[in-house]
Amino acid sequence: MSKYDELIVELAPRKFQRYGKIWTTGLIIVVILGIIAYIDQIIKGQEVTNMRDYVLWGVYISNFVFFVAISFVGSLGAAILRLTKKAWRTPLVRIAEIIAFAAIIMAGLTIILDMGRPDRLLNLFIHGRLQSPITWDVIIITTYIAISLLILYIPLLPDLAILSKYFKGKTWLSKWYGFFSLKWTGSKKQWEIQSKSIQIVAVLIIPVALILQTVDAWLFSTTYRIGWDSTNFGPYFIAGAFVVGTGGLISVMYVLRKAYHLENHITNMHFDKMGRLLVFACLVYLYFNINEYLLPAFTAPKAETEHLDELFTGLYAPLFWFVTIGGLILPILILIFPKGRKPLPLFIIALLVVVTSWWKRYLIVVPSLLHPFMPMQGVPESWHSYFPSLHEWAIVSGTLAMALLIITILVRYLPIIPIYRTAKEQGILETDKEGQL
Amino acid sequence: MKNKKGLIKQDSGRRKFLKMGIFASGAAVTAVGLNVFADDKTTGEKVKVMTTDGKTVEVDSGSLEKESCCNSHAVSNKEAREGMPGKKFVMVVDLSRCRNALKCQDSCNKNHFITGHNAWLKVYNMRESADTAPYWMPMMCQHCDEPACVTVCPVDATFKRRDGIVLIDNERCIGCRFCMAACPYSTRIFNWSEPDQKAAMEAVDHSPKYSPEHAGSPSIKGTVDKCDFCPHMTRQGKLPHCVSACPNDVFLYGDAYEDTVTNGSGQSYRLSKLLEDKAGYRYLDRLGTHPSVYYLPPAERSDDFVDGLENYTEFESVRKPE
Repeated sequence: MSKYDELIVELAPRKFQRYGKIWTTGLIIVVILGIIAYIDQIIKGQEVTNMRDYVLWGVYISNFVFFVAISFVGSLGAAILRLTKKAWRTPLVRIAEIIAFAAIIMAGLTIILDMGRPDRLLNLFIHGRLQSPITWDVIIITTYIAISLLILYIPLLPDLAILSKYFKGKTWLSKWYGFFSLKWTGSKKQWEIQSKSIQIVAVLIIPVALILQTVDAWLFSTTYRIGWDSTNFGPYFIAGAFVVGTGGLISVMYVLRKAYHLENHITNMHFDKMGRLLVFACLVYLYFNINEYLLPAFTAPKAETEHLDELFTGLYAPLFWFVTIGGLILPILILIFPKGRKPLPLFIIALLVVVTSWWKRYLIVVPSLLHPFMPMQGVPESWHSYFPSLHEWAIVSGTLAMALLIITILVRYLPIIPIYRTAKEQGILETDKEGQL
Repeated sequence: MKNKKGLIKQDSGRRKFLKMGIFASGAAVTAVGLNVFADDKTTGEKVKVMTTDGKTVEVDSGSLEKESCCNSHAVSNKEAREGMPGKKFVMVVDLSRCRNALKCQDSCNKNHFITGHNAWLKVYNMRESADTAPYWMPMMCQHCDEPACVTVCPVDATFKRRDGIVLIDNERCIGCRFCMAACPYSTRIFNWSEPDQKAAMEAVDHSPKYSPEHAGSPSIKGTVDKCDFCPHMTRQGKLPHCVSACPNDVFLYGDAYEDTVTNGSGQSYRLSKLLEDKAGYRYLDRLGTHPSVYYLPPAERSDDFVDGLENYTEFESVRKPE
């Protein structure tokens, strides 16, 4: 067997072994529980949540913001790495694009979970008004879904053609790969069209990703609410998305490397580089956090001081410091040392970053709603505070499991390390006389 | 008739009364409402009614109509969205008179069939700082001229009409609650579950027919409700429920173009003079929302603040039966 064939065998999608099957079954169960909880919510109304007239947005919205955020670096990083033509990116871009695609699809779905009348979803298109930030969000999310699908799909074409050939024995699998490879033969004309398309999409995704995060921030900062009404919010969200996206990518690439024994492809060098990127992202985010929390502490009016006090020393202080130290300070302190950027410690830090980022969104959404301009009066005492209900946890867990399930399915059927590119870079690519695969 | 402080002098002539009395029927004419729009239905039969300033006049019975609920006045969705021409509805809330009697809230809850846990009109126990005296502050939708809720609504379900009223089309609302997040006055409430309004509607023999002009009739699950400034009453020439229910004449309601506001006792005032004389202000005006509700400061109060405390319930604004 030639080196090229060996590479294909190594990188072609494989059936799940025991752990893969347990993992997938577990995810499906959590998704089903989430669906059951959601159906119950449809029947009974959002009374089953712990949201009420003061805390009118809860964990659904913070979870949505999390998905939007994590979809960021998956794509933007990929685009930047593509555009800067750094060769070390090759084994990482597809993983990033898969995460981005799964996350943005789930962002689109999770926002519907928060709607009181999901049956009227089409009103957004029938009666849509351009001055509403929600309309901007609808436009930019659908655009981002389309672009992240394209940036995942177009570079896949040569690999799909290779896999179609490789799975010849299994006719149906071969046929599907062949169908989606759009009759890819590797002719000069196809290469030209493909590289041009990738270039266009990679350039397009940068402004779209920046606008996506910004519009997401504007959902909050276009209101008068204390803690949201901030001109810092756009870049603050972009920086936050940079952090969680990098963290998400590191986590997934560590797991995949372990599960598929990809040590030859995803090397310590890759972890080191991603670790440096994460430190950089955290430092930028720290800067915006200082702008967002520390600066207002100097000149904040009374109401804003109360809000900040609640974060710094009050009810939300444990969560706030967990998120700030665990998700920002600690990663910076550990990852500036080369030892911290070894795969395992980096993986642990990256997981911590993802978890704290999720709670960070919760801290952005919920405490502000507990500080309205009017005092909270005339409502049951339980409306004065918020913690997600069982239904909310079930539904949110379902969405997170669904995102992981999408990633899992894509990993099962797509080559996570680009085969064609890797072969070319290693100089072992084999083509027939016409230069075709 | 007192003429100081902008009180408008009225004569008892019928023509003048009808012209002035669009909003004046509330307290004086209790069982019947004057229908100024149905003047052509003359029956020849004269009826005595009392005007706002306590004088008795005779009018044709054809110009009166039995108090009926609002569905007979239901307008098309298009009209409900456009609003009444040549009007700019405003409200004045005199904080010096409020003693938390909560009749406004009771009436609002009853007539809008509010059965949830959060009333659309709440009387807040307010205190600016430790150094200032507390006061009672009725708060309802401010019907802002720059409504933050309308700006953020993605589907035009909440809208601003030409007569200044901000309404909700509950048959279009998608329940995203962005308007609630945007409103700085916390006056919007959400129907978290299927509203149980049956008993409340039976109590007043009301059969619901949805119109944005009569919010809460019925309320719709998964959508947002709020104070509608009672256009269903205005169309009948009556005052909003809270205005006519208030025993202390805290509320005044009227048309800014006519520069006139009328309280529950039927006394009318010049809006501009009232605001000038009593230093009227709009709540959170610094935000630039331009509310249609003006407040008169709680100066020279007629009652002690503590008298209102007996009615005050921190955790309840909709009284439940039993």
